[in-house]
Amino acid sequence: MTLAPETTDLKIQLRLDEDWLTICDLTALTPGRGVAALLPDGRQVALFRDRAGELYAVDNRDPFGGAAVLSRGLTGTHQGRPFVASPLLKQRFDLTSGVCLDDDTVRIETYEVRAA
Amino acid sequence: MTTTAIVGDRPRPTIVLVGHGMVGQRFLEALAERGLTATHRVVVLCEEPRPAYDRVALTSYFSGKTPEDLSLTDLEFLREHGVELHLGDPAVTVDREARRVTSRSGLVVDYDVLVLATGSYPFVPPVPNKDAEGCFVYRTIEDLLAIEEYARTKATTGAVVGGGLLGLEAAGALKGLGLSAHIVEFAPRLMPVQVDEGGGAALLRTIEEMGLSVHTGVGTQEIITDEAGAVTGMKLSDGSELATDLVVFSAGVRPRDQLARDCGLTVGERGGISVDEQCRTVNDPHVFAIGECALAADGRVYGLVAPGYEQAATAAATIAADETEQLTFTGADLSTKLKLLGVDVASFGDAQGTAEDCLDVVYSDSRSGLYKKLVIARDGTLLGGILVGDAEAYGTLRAFTGSVPPVSPESLVLPAGAGESVQLGPSALPDEAIVCSCHNVSKGTIRGAVTEHSCTTVPEVKKCTKAGTGCGSCVKVLGQLVTAELEASGVEVDKGLCGCFAQTREELYEIVLALRVNTYQDLLDRYGRDGARGGDGCDICKPAVGSIIASLAPTIGASGYVLDGEQAALQETNDHFLANLQKNGSYSVVPRIPGGEITPEGLIVIGEIARDFGLYTKITGGQRIDMFGARVEQLPLIWTRLVDAGFESGHAYGKSLRTVKSCVGQTWCRYGVQDSVRMAIDLELRYRGLRSPHKLKSAVSGCARECAEAQSKDFGIIATSNGWNLYVGGNGGATPRHADLLAQDLSDTELIRLIDRFLMFYIRTADRLERTSTWLDRIPGGLDHVRDVVVEDSLGICEELESLMKDHVAHYADEWATTINDPEKLARFVSFVNAPDTPDPVVGFVPERDQIKPDLPLLTIGHRPLEGSAQR
Ligand code: SRM
Ligand SMILES: Cc1cc2nc3c(=O)[nH]c(=O)nc-3n(C[C@H](O)[C@H](O)[C@H](O)COP(=O)(O)OP(=O)(O)OC[C@H]3O[C@@H](n4cnc5c(N)ncnc54)[C@H](O)[C@@H]3O)c2cc1C
Ligand code: SF4
Ligand code: FES
Repeated sequence: MTLAPETTDLKIQLRLDEDWLTICDLTALTPGRGVAALLPDGRQVALFRDRAGELYAVDNRDPFGGAAVLSRGLTGTHQGRPFVASPLLKQRFDLTSGVCLDDDTVRIETYEVRAA
Repeated sequence: MTTTAIVGDRPRPTIVLVGHGMVGQRFLEALAERGLTATHRVVVLCEEPRPAYDRVALTSYFSGKTPEDLSLTDLEFLREHGVELHLGDPAVTVDREARRVTSRSGLVVDYDVLVLATGSYPFVPPVPNKDAEGCFVYRTIEDLLAIEEYARTKATTGAVVGGGLLGLEAAGALKGLGLSAHIVEFAPRLMPVQVDEGGGAALLRTIEEMGLSVHTGVGTQEIITDEAGAVTGMKLSDGSELATDLVVFSAGVRPRDQLARDCGLTVGERGGISVDEQCRTVNDPHVFAIGECALAADGRVYGLVAPGYEQAATAAATIAADETEQLTFTGADLSTKLKLLGVDVASFGDAQGTAEDCLDVVYSDSRSGLYKKLVIARDGTLLGGILVGDAEAYGTLRAFTGSVPPVSPESLVLPAGAGESVQLGPSALPDEAIVCSCHNVSKGTIRGAVTEHSCTTVPEVKKCTKAGTGCGSCVKVLGQLVTAELEASGVEVDKGLCGCFAQTREELYEIVLALRVNTYQDLLDRYGRDGARGGDGCDICKPAVGSIIASLAPTIGASGYVLDGEQAALQETNDHFLANLQKNGSYSVVPRIPGGEITPEGLIVIGEIARDFGLYTKITGGQRIDMFGARVEQLPLIWTRLVDAGFESGHAYGKSLRTVKSCVGQTWCRYGVQDSVRMAIDLELRYRGLRSPHKLKSAVSGCARECAEAQSKDFGIIATSNGWNLYVGGNGGATPRHADLLAQDLSDTELIRLIDRFLMFYIRTADRLERTSTWLDRIPGGLDHVRDVVVEDSLGICEELESLMKDHVAHYADEWATTINDPEKLARFVSFVNAPDTPDPVVGFVPERDQIKPDLPLLTIGHRPLEGSAQR
């Protein structure tokens, strides 16, 4: 996660092993909403930006419902932890750790993301 | 040689579970809770082609639940805990000497611990032709699929052998499949195990009234077949014959203990693998048996799921050798509460009154199918009871079992209003009373969750104690206890909308309206709770405030377009994409068809679009057409064509007006007294797009015959020869409510003015997600108060209500037309921000009945792909 200053030519980049993969312009992200990105190996990532400009990236697949839709969920904070609520059955996932706030036996992948 | 799995260089001991049914799955969860999945390799052999599912709720398949809905297995859980699950691959031999299990496919696994959870098989009495075509049992999803298929193609009549709990469920299912159904029970009454004679009689009357034929006191002697060997009837022990095309045997279950017998484990006289109080088999410390296949230390085989769950927990604790918390299973409560064919039946404790010297209190009313019996000891201790027809008191009564209730027993069984009846609140329960018998949670533990673990809501208490997460029958009592406990400890029960706002929805509405607060951020930063100001809000308040802003948009100077600026971030996913999300990530499209009236041209356009995009089409329950399976990037293309043809958004996604249904009315119908179609169209066009606390539905009927079902709507209109009657607060759904008459014989203008006021008053004062029905029942004064406000103008706000509605009507614009003309908004309708032309590969379809349906393949679990993973 990186604090993203408000400039137009900044790109969102995702860390894959050693490399940073450029995804899109920072401006493509509406604060409070997500977008989905496709990785070269076919995995899908959900990217979010909060009101303060923090960026988050987690796996796009909802482990409960199976569909790749987490990028379309509503975001918010719960006890200081940023989360996205799945649009399917509303389970919430911590955006920094990937842990499901409603069932801590479930966790989704998280990715390092920056604006550069 | 005992170990096969190697992690790093450290060998891990292996636990093999045979049977992935309800109890098997609970056992896996208990292993995970105790950390055993981290230290052990866990291998599961599952005979059925699918992972564990909710067998208890099996029958709900016939009321629309899919096999996926019934699943108990969270694939992520198995993956996370590295559980190896082999579907469709039963264990066939156990070599206890070598500690080795072999499966049907030839898989060989060496175990340190073997747990048998093989369940039961349905007992089929040895009558001639019992295996004929058309004979079934009722145990697995596969059984149901087979029955459904046969009933659909080859049967009009069905008979169930056995009038116990499962037999009644099966009969209900046959009836639901459209067959005329018979129940044949050997005993003199239905449900002989659970209820006594009086209860059986009450049940019989109610069930016969539903159109099922019940034959008690007769046995089945032979199945009669035709030349091709298919069932045509059955011969009964009284000499009579019963014609039927389909037979379901439901004559009890027997433990599946063959695997155990074959490897020399001791089984009971009437079956069941003998285990001790730790659920360990009496012969072999390495082998456990749990669930319906086990003969418990108290000499009983339990045919219910709750005792099985307890056994699962006990076995896991024993395997963990947790010194601090050693569990034992010494017997269990056989209480049950069921809703059979819509009739409540509950029995708890010593229901049959077998204790010495016990007394009964019985209330019976055969007119209404009520029967209630309590069994009481001489000293007043409640021992058990039976409730038929009304099991409302079950949760409380069950918890009082074993103690002396603080009020007289008669008052507990008398119906409300019959003199002495009292409501016995759960606050009167002693701390040791078991409130949740599925998970054995006492009242004291629940209070502790509130007082010591600072839980303040039912979901928190469920998570903390597990109470309420089994059959769910205790959740109501749970809610009462939590509220009582919070109030007792002086905590003011927080009525705030969510963690971000201490105000109710109604209070926020007043703030937004009075102070013209027109952004969410402004509202949060100025009126949010201390810690929430300046933050990101949450998924509860964002859409709720988004809806308030949208309802009041023209008045408070906000944009009425829900995708504008900040508002876009507040919307639920459906509103954000102006379509309804489906289970595989695709969307459905519902154009508005006001009043259900549509031209042939309109139908053709919809048909062409659905054909060109390959969409599944269905006539909805709301008199319009739904097209399913649109990918997110197709939505703008589809809507461009719909808008071109004159269609607009149907708001099937929004908490807003859905449909105003109509009957054909006066124009065509010989009974009609007003033009119901025109009125329905007028109303639908007037209130379209109006965002509200929950969805709004309406209907207009052309006469009192009520073909449009107006009395089940939030606002329903029925024509009279003098004008219109307006009904409000109706609801279909899970808790149907008949609408109440608000005003009679109204002119067109009077009608519309009254609806304007009614809707705006509702939008102003209702809670989030509160339909008009629940709102009307909740607000102080109820219907009379609402009538005072909107008809008599007792609060002097009617002018304001009307003007708010006028603003809405004047500023309405079709969201889809706006969206397809806005390139910036359209850019959001892509699958991937970095690959807009690549469709989401998870969204796939397979054919069904000449159309498509979502393809949701079973996902890979554990270390290797699932066996039988092609199974859907
Ligand atoms: C499509 C349709 C079923 C059909 O194939 O016919 C349908 C489909 C859904 N209904 Fe419905 N309901 C449909 C008519 C009904 C009706 C019948 C009616 O309107 O006359 C009812 C009972 C009447 C009532 O609402 O009082 C109905 C009572 C519900 C309820 C229960 C509401 C309640 O107050 O208890 C829900 C759940 C909810 O809203 O919380 C629901 C929720 C849903 C949702 C939105 C569930 C969801 O969140 O995914 C379904 C969305 C399907 C989709 O993605 O398009 N649906 N639903 C019907 C659409 C009608 C339309 O043209 O807009
Ligand atoms: C229609 C219906 C309604 C019911 N309603 C209720 C109710 O309301 N309340 C209640 O408490 N109980 C109810 N029950 C009973 C409840 O479902 C059972 O008590 C519960 O399922 C028992 O769990 P189990 O894991 O012991 O057995 P099961 O759930 O039957 O699971 C056993 C599994 O083991 C598998 N298996 C067997 N042999 C092998 C082998 N050799 N190798 C691999 N796998 C094997 C079987 O295929 C099965 O999948 C109902 C049952 C039915 C059928
Ligand atoms: S409600 Fe009355 S007018 Fe309308 S279709 Fe039925 S019978 Fe005809
Ligand atoms: S009694 Fe079944 S969940 Fe509590």
